[in-house]
Amino acid sequence: MSTLIDILASAGLWAAILRIATPLIFGTLGALLSERAGVLNLGIEGVMTFGAMIGWLAVYNGVDLWTGILVAACAGALFGALHALLTVTLGLSQHVCGLGVTLFASSFSYYVFRLAVPVAGTPPTIIPFQPLEIPVLSSLPFLGQAVFTQTAPTYLAIAIALVMAYVLFRTPVGLAVRMAGENPHAAEAQGVNPMKVRYGAVIVGSALMAVGGAFLTLSAFNSFFPTMVQGRGWICIALVVFSSWRPGRALFGALLFAFFDAFQLRLQTVVEGVPYQIFLMTPYILSIAALAIMARRARVPQALMQPYRRGER
Amino acid sequence: MTAPVLEIDGISKRFGDNLANDGISMALAKGEVVALLGENGAGKTTLMNILFGHYVPDAGSIRIDGVELPTGTPRAAIRAGVGMVHQHFSLAANLTVLENIMTGTEKLWRLRSGTTGARRKLLAISERFGLKVDADARLGDLSVGEQQRVEILKALYNDARILILDEPTAVLTNIEAERLFTTLRDMARQGLSLIFISHKLDEVMAAADRIVVLRGGRMVAERKAADTSKAELAELMIGRRVTRPVREPSAPGAVVLEARNVGVRIGGVERLQNVGFSLHAGEVLGIVGVSGNGQAPLARLLSGTLARTSGDLLLYGQPVGNLSVADVVDAGIGRIPEDRNGEGAIGEMAIWENAVLERLPAYASAGLVDRKAAMAFAGAIIEQFDVRGGNPASRTRLLSGGNMQKLILGRNLSQRPRILIAAQPARGLDEGAVVAVHARILEARKAGTAVLLISEDLDEVISLADRIQAIVGGRLSPPVVAEQADARQLGLMMAGDWDNGSEVAHAV
Repeated sequence: MSTLIDILASAGLWAAILRIATPLIFGTLGALLSERAGVLNLGIEGVMTFGAMIGWLAVYNGVDLWTGILVAACAGALFGALHALLTVTLGLSQHVCGLGVTLFASSFSYYVFRLAVPVAGTPPTIIPFQPLEIPVLSSLPFLGQAVFTQTAPTYLAIAIALVMAYVLFRTPVGLAVRMAGENPHAAEAQGVNPMKVRYGAVIVGSALMAVGGAFLTLSAFNSFFPTMVQGRGWICIALVVFSSWRPGRALFGALLFAFFDAFQLRLQTVVEGVPYQIFLMTPYILSIAALAIMARRARVPQALMQPYRRGER
Repeated sequence: MTAPVLEIDGISKRFGDNLANDGISMALAKGEVVALLGENGAGKTTLMNILFGHYVPDAGSIRIDGVELPTGTPRAAIRAGVGMVHQHFSLAANLTVLENIMTGTEKLWRLRSGTTGARRKLLAISERFGLKVDADARLGDLSVGEQQRVEILKALYNDARILILDEPTAVLTNIEAERLFTTLRDMARQGLSLIFISHKLDEVMAAADRIVVLRGGRMVAERKAADTSKAELAELMIGRRVTRPVREPSAPGAVVLEARNVGVRIGGVERLQNVGFSLHAGEVLGIVGVSGNGQAPLARLLSGTLARTSGDLLLYGQPVGNLSVADVVDAGIGRIPEDRNGEGAIGEMAIWENAVLERLPAYASAGLVDRKAAMAFAGAIIEQFDVRGGNPASRTRLLSGGNMQKLILGRNLSQRPRILIAAQPARGLDEGAVVAVHARILEARKAGTAVLLISEDLDEVISLADRIQAIVGGRLSPPVVAEQADARQLGLMMAGDWDNGSEVAHAV
């Protein structure tokens, strides 16, 4: 019992939570925006992988870290445009197209990576983002270590969650996005073009997913390997449901999952006699349990996964 | 007469082989209520969708205050002051009333929605026209009548001066409909111009100043409400003289279905209490009442989809337990459910599949569906019951409401049921289909079927039923003989006042 408390009381745990949560926050917000407009984007896993690869590759070739993030965002936007073309303009099945985008983007990532970096014994590295020294705050006891030793993209992720909550619920464009996801026919009848809104949401959402991937190679690690996203995209899709499509709760959900993950990592080191795979499973099992409890009351966007075709009722 | 606010000039629209609108011209004056009357498929909704910019016409033009309206953009129509209240509401259930109304009314890239101003404007409009609504309620939590109010408010919020309502009463109860028409008259007095689409003669006569009749995509007549009659309008609308069938006297037979003190409780609420009736072979027993008073549980109970919590049910004189759907079908009870799209038929399945679904064992051998026999059965229904718009293999969704109802009727009546439970059988149907449905029900009665007719439509009950009971708050009044009941007395009964209502005649 006391080891549990020790783990919980260590600043390192809380710092790890924020670090683990960051790519999830970006990815979940991206998927959430897209789904709010009525488009499920299962391309997320592949888009994150591609963002991780292209962001890293850009920096490896000499651009600075923030430009690397921007390159990843632009690449994500392109995949978003592809997904939107398939699901919005052509009105194809969102599930199938999303999985297609994931398969394509993942393989394409590996292909580009291998073209640029031929097989080597140890993968080449870059110098990643360094923890941001914040005057006063970073030197607070405990809190400084636990919260204020993150890299800049982590703070960006939290800021984007707050901005997205404001945009969705306090601005006309946010209302247009929600209306496009609830009833595109009504949006059209009110003079809002749901096709354009959906395009915008899918493209911006995919850019965020790719930034989430880039965080892995530009901040969490310093090199790229093709399997590094490791299902984080799928976790994001589940977190969107867990959050009832609300950015604030998405932030909370990502932190909760990260807590489980960081906690089990530390448990592995102190508990003996239990195969470590059991601990690896726990965050996912707890996530499913949390989903089962939270998602029952969730209000799904009514037009999610329904293609909009003009003039058809 | 002042210059018209709206002029529609020579509008034509073709969908494939179907000429939906053929050179239609009409005008609308300020403060006027015009009814667009026609059967389903006459082209009313197409015309209004063209006016509102959902469709682009093949020919013709629209002018508002003398200025030509660009076609095909709802935005232009809204800006010109046209508002449309769709039959299937254009609303989002998960958004609030205010959010539904505000969508599209502001510049998209404003940094903050002007909710305070919008709320104030909405409140002012709702007070001016007496349309009360809670701006912060989630739309999906409102009743259908309230949702319609939101739809109207949405149009008014966009400063609509011309309001188009597509079959506004189709989803409303009688009382809600009356309230709506009072509101609409009031709006016209305040200078708005209104067009409402309808196929109901009563409401057209009661609410409109002028009536434009469409048939087969053409405008066939235009009448002032004061100068015409229901009979004339019906003839103009259908193109031939139609009269609703009348009940011939008959001698009812033995009691086939009897309920004694039946109660149904759902989720702790008594939906039916002490319900008692006896249904004779060869008679129509009408259950009349305002919607939501227990009609749905009663129909479901007798259709085998709901279990009773107390009381006895006697079928052909024998006490029975709780009936399953299969029991009901086997017992020769035909059913016409209230919600024909939800419970009556599966839209995505073929007509033949819907025709045989409830008696699949009879059309199956060795685990395989006998497609040929099923198709033949569906073909026979289509022919005998005049189902138009599809063949046995086409999807049921493509049928109009009236034809789907004929399919459901045919599926039941071709089996010569001993009992028929008909819930709101003519709701939402156009005059031609109503006549067909009524005729079939009376035919079944003549052939000895016992019919339980559950309806909110007083005229329908009076013209079809031999005896009438009112349903109020889950209780049934004692029966009265139809010949001895008048509308006033039945109205009292529907209000729950059946001591006064029933003094005239008790009949069993």
